Amino acid sequence: MNILKTYKIYIGGAFPRTESGRYYPITDSKGNTLANVCLSSRKDVRNAVVAARKAFGGWSEKTAFNRGQILYRIAEMLDGRKAQFIDELVLQGISKSKAEKEVQQSVDRLVYYAGWADKYQQIASSVNPVSSSHFNFSALEPMGVIGVIAPQENSLLGLISSVIPAICGGNTVVVAASENHPLCAVTFAEVLHSSDVPGGVVNILTGKIAELAPALAGHMDINALVSSGLGELQRTLALSCVENLKRNFSYSNSDQQGLNFITDLQEVKTTWHPIESIGGATSSY
Amino acid sequence: MAKNTPIKNPTEWNYAASPESTSHIRLEKKYQLFINNEWVAPSSKKYFPSTNPATEEVLAEIAWANAADVDKAVKAARKAYQDVWSKLSGAERGKYIYRIARMMQERAREFAVIESLDCGKPIRESRDVDVPLACNHFFYYAGWADKLEYAMPHKKPESLGVAGQIIPWNFPLLMAAWKIAPALAAGNTVVLKPAETTSLTALKLAEIIKDSGLPPGVVNIVTGYGDTGAAIVNHPNVDKIAFTGSTNVGKIIQRAIAGTHKKSTLELGGKSANIIFDDAPIDQAVEGIVNGIFFNQGHVCCAGSRLFVQENIAERVIHKLKSRMESLYVGNPLDKNTDIGAINSKEQLETIEKYIRIGKEEGAEIYQSQCVIPSKGYFCRPTLFTGVSQSHTIAQEEIFGPVLTIQTFRTVDEVIQKANNTPYGLAAGVWTDKGSRIFNLTTKLRAGVVWANTYNKFDPVSPFGGYKESGFGREGGVHGLGAYLK
Repeated sequence: MNILKTYKIYIGGAFPRTESGRYYPITDSKGNTLANVCLSSRKDVRNAVVAARKAFGGWSEKTAFNRGQILYRIAEMLDGRKAQFIDELVLQGISKSKAEKEVQQSVDRLVYYAGWADKYQQIASSVNPVSSSHFNFSALEPMGVIGVIAPQENSLLGLISSVIPAICGGNTVVVAASENHPLCAVTFAEVLHSSDVPGGVVNILTGKIAELAPALAGHMDINALVSSGLGELQRTLALSCVENLKRNFSYSNSDQQGLNFITDLQEVKTTWHPIESIGGATSSY
Repeated sequence: MAKNTPIKNPTEWNYAASPESTSHIRLEKKYQLFINNEWVAPSSKKYFPSTNPATEEVLAEIAWANAADVDKAVKAARKAYQDVWSKLSGAERGKYIYRIARMMQERAREFAVIESLDCGKPIRESRDVDVPLACNHFFYYAGWADKLEYAMPHKKPESLGVAGQIIPWNFPLLMAAWKIAPALAAGNTVVLKPAETTSLTALKLAEIIKDSGLPPGVVNIVTGYGDTGAAIVNHPNVDKIAFTGSTNVGKIIQRAIAGTHKKSTLELGGKSANIIFDDAPIDQAVEGIVNGIFFNQGHVCCAGSRLFVQENIAERVIHKLKSRMESLYVGNPLDKNTDIGAINSKEQLETIEKYIRIGKEEGAEIYQSQCVIPSKGYFCRPTLFTGVSQSHTIAQEEIFGPVLTIQTFRTVDEVIQKANNTPYGLAAGVWTDKGSRIFNLTTKLRAGVVWANTYNKFDPVSPFGGYKESGFGREGGVHGLGAYLK
């Protein structure tokens, strides 16, 4: 007899059940129950944001090289557990070949962003030749805590494609997993847990998008919101985002990869400092 | 060193008056709307006065655009975008922008004088800061017009269409330049609304735009109040809103365009920290404090309005600051000796006075310079508050006037926490002789611009814009192009 797995949520590097005690069943195409997953609440969102904010300082101050190493470590861990992810995708109604492709793409995407961690800064920052005796440069800094509403389809690749560029750039994340296909998200939390990713950097909740998305959009300590394919709900979320001028990104191509997914979640900081100017000495030879 | 005795009676060494001549400027009695390179009477048939805040005299009557006028301007901009501007090569667009820059330079002094008359800022600032920076902004972005493919890695640059731009009254011409130059370089057309108290230099810029031969409809300038701005924001055929102003209005705009296709950049309010460590060069730091809060009467979104002084030097710094404040000249904006000109409007003066009252009521200790201020016009003495804590209203809300709050700190961690403890994140200043500490602070302060051992410096190549509720998007530099490209 198989052992049924308990799918819990992931907050601050721990796997609690939702504080609300609620659940909802995930079924396969024949209606058989695959799992009872947590129906997370607004309070879970708030707890997750506290964990993400707490983790932000340490994560954003890690060296870019180190973040790249950790992202590569996630790829290693995911690669080692491919079979489990393929099984879960198949259980949730995807063909074997499609599942294999999605998991392989997920590993590849992690490797792709692992490589970007110490490079995007060089591509997107600038030294600015001001018309006065100052040294002036603009560099990118992570926005802070990012709320992510993971794509409903491609429940693993979509999740990875929206979470990883955020943490690659030093942000921390609270993510609402695919509502009807949440199993891979929880198992991916186990991958993160064994990949040197500090607790709180990625927090994963399962539940109803209609409940979690507004809680994320309205939270005053979330700096940006990432979503895709939400249709009518998007306008409501955009209105909530105004309250603290949360940056709001709604992607139509959420299963893609690219530099812009990292840089969209960065602020540009410009720093000025005077240059001493004493007559006589020159650098002409 | 002996005690720093403040100058008891600064009027003892008054300079002789040295007013800039106004004989060479050309101002109409009445200004119409600028649409399709023509001066068009507003369909509202309404006009409002633009006054000199230093004398309360009316300078000109300005057309008040209503929704129908805005619609006319947007249609002109759309047509110009489709028929002309989006088809022109980048190199040709650049030539037009260069031409505008040159013509502005030729008329720079006229612009400076009108800016000081209309806005109240000292001629020294309009002449040496606002106008040259505005010209340089056009120069800088002119050169980008045919190089856009280098601006954003691995993206094909595409213009957005019609940009609706709404600008504030604190740097009227400079803000017009910040908005128009990158928009045109990126291939967009423009409908710009100046602030109601300071329309004149934007309208003078319209003269140059017409003279430059820029195709009709590429830049349209509609003057008016908030309702005119709302008509731009709500117009369905506008693709992009660029706004500089208060956080409140910024949020109204964001709500209005939520769920539409319109892109936006917002450059909003601030309550920026200026931090002085005990190893800082004190005299330079005091100049930096003065420049940080009294530049442009404190009507600066990135003003260093929250001063943090390390506890062991606080007494000395405050003493020096007070005596420096006593030597600031408050008065006629057109006088070349003037340091602090007129508050932009009666309304703004009332706001500042309200905050000064609140500061006193909440128990902070006020110090104002003893200078004589003119009996006519809107003026405010340079003001500082000591005994301020984080919970004071004057330490939290943007005053937008020459009012400084002073707090002290002991440790680096403490001051970082205090500085970041605000919904704003526009700018910050750090004064210390220690390089490693500068980089520690400049990294940890959550603000879009950090000045180390300097303050309130601006340049067309230098990206400017905020974190958090100070808005989003950048203006200036290569990053400023992103606001106007797909």
